[in-house]
Amino acid sequence: MSPTLADTAPTTRIVPVMEARGVVKRFGRVTALDHADFELLPGEILAVIGDNGAGKSSLIKVLAGAMLPDEGEIRMGGERVVFRSPLEARDAGIETVFQNLAVSPALSIADNLFLGREIRRKDVFGRVFGCLDRAEMQRQARRQLSSLGLLTIQNINQAVETLSGGQRQGVAVARAAAFASRMIIMDEPTAALGVKESRRVLELIAEVKRKGIPIVLISHNMPHVFEVADRIHIMRLGRRATVIRPADYSMSDAVAIMTGAMAPPAMLAA
Amino acid sequence: MQEFEAALPAGEASHASIEDSRDSPMKRLHHLLHGSPTIIPAFILLLSIVLFSFVVGRRFFAPFNLSLILQQVTIIGTVGIAQTLIVFTAGIDLSVGAIMVLASVVMGRLAVTHGLPVIVAFPAGLLIGLLAGGINGALITLFRMPPFIATLGTWSVYFALVLWYSDSETIRSTDIDQTAPFLQWTGHAVDIAGAQITYGSILMILLTLVAWYLLNWTAFGTHIKATGDDPSSARLAGIRTTRTLLGVYALSGLICSIAGWVLIGRTGAISPQSGYTSNLDSITAVVIGGTSLFGGRGSIWGTLLGALIVGVFRNGLALAGVDVLWQEFTVGLLIITAVAIDQWIRQASA
Repeated sequence: MSPTLADTAPTTRIVPVMEARGVVKRFGRVTALDHADFELLPGEILAVIGDNGAGKSSLIKVLAGAMLPDEGEIRMGGERVVFRSPLEARDAGIETVFQNLAVSPALSIADNLFLGREIRRKDVFGRVFGCLDRAEMQRQARRQLSSLGLLTIQNINQAVETLSGGQRQGVAVARAAAFASRMIIMDEPTAALGVKESRRVLELIAEVKRKGIPIVLISHNMPHVFEVADRIHIMRLGRRATVIRPADYSMSDAVAIMTGAMAPPAMLAA
Repeated sequence: MQEFEAALPAGEASHASIEDSRDSPMKRLHHLLHGSPTIIPAFILLLSIVLFSFVVGRRFFAPFNLSLILQQVTIIGTVGIAQTLIVFTAGIDLSVGAIMVLASVVMGRLAVTHGLPVIVAFPAGLLIGLLAGGINGALITLFRMPPFIATLGTWSVYFALVLWYSDSETIRSTDIDQTAPFLQWTGHAVDIAGAQITYGSILMILLTLVAWYLLNWTAFGTHIKATGDDPSSARLAGIRTTRTLLGVYALSGLICSIAGWVLIGRTGAISPQSGYTSNLDSITAVVIGGTSLFGGRGSIWGTLLGALIVGVFRNGLALAGVDVLWQEFTVGLLIITAVAIDQWIRQASA
């Protein structure tokens, strides 16, 4: 595993890319998040694991702007932020790869990459009539897919519905990587995929990390988590039980902490 | 690598990459039709023209008769543009014909009965169409009603408004000609080697061109397709789907009111009873034109071709002396065939 900023000396406190303190979210009498904390450090892959109902999804929704917390604060690069919608989070440089991918099957790969962020032509046609710059979008889409090693033969105008599950995941990840300036959240990126396709998507995640963008990876798949994560954030009963490094613990330890069979070890120094 | 993956053949890790594959001819045809939904209606139109040219002969394949078909489909073709935009969002609008007649009645009453200048009456008619479409859009987005039900309701409401505002009276052609001849402008024709091409038909083609540009070359068009294809994905991708839908329904209302102007030119008079079948006929044109009722895919030119196919069949069968009931029968078969083909095309090939 390549060294990340998370491995540096604990004495110099690194400003987290994103930090959440004391986040509370209640649904009626159910407390989904009970003073949960969260930290994402520059350049790392942080896996978030937890049993069903531990608050993973709620935490991620709060971070991605899909849900407003009842209490607690979120900081990005040390500055307080409030996201009222996924669009606001996106404008702040957070891209989310949703489990359903949020791609439009009937549209082409290029159109999907720029969905909601289309590029217009610079000339009169673009300014007055809103004419799209298809050539530029295709050029950038091609470059983006190539840089992630996703493009073997250039057929960027293919409809996404003609692609396999792994390929669609590739398109969604490529879109996130193209526009994320601060961080990427990936929700169960390998859950619906076969063995070979999962392998390719894990490579893709590593590729995105090499570009320097930190990733929050939500996954149920322990082998995948232990393979790619730099640190593992374990949720239990609506709060962060602890954060471990995959090298220090086994998968069964992680599951034991998750389910409460093992007392959570002291937190890693950030 | 996990241990269990060691058995994977080397080099197969590129599974998620995007590449061309060698396909069977059937699969390639599938791909082709998938990418260009206009091919089938274009082919059927050509085939039907050739067929009737042989069966009926020169009475059918004469410039005048062909231009007559074009005139006959101009109303449906224009309303069909509005319907296509809505069907692209996976919606449907049963009130398009009623909006069209409402706009024509407003134009006529204001200009002819109340004697307002046409420069006021005409935009007022367009505005009514925009508003009527906007109300449809608001019911569907803000009140979350299914498009079918919302527009079934407004169809009756708008039609009732037509009868009320027109006093159930027809405004005569001669009266329009004397006070507001501009309203009949779309009925005038240019003669090209015996073919009578009306300004209304030319307007229909220009509007189709504009709608094609909108759908394929603007961000709004992409958002329309994405919204129809999968609304929740579109929202997550950052598209304001409510705004998109409102825009589509309002724009469609505007196009219907332009169709109202074309209707005045076509019939000469303004009758509250006219255009009553165009609600459903426009859906027929859209479906035969290859636009999927499930949203997200189709073609605006296909709708024009769809309207022409229906026109050619009706005209050709009539000239061949076939009973009207068999014309209806044939149109019904065309619809069923078109939907069957759409079902086949929508099965995405991996």
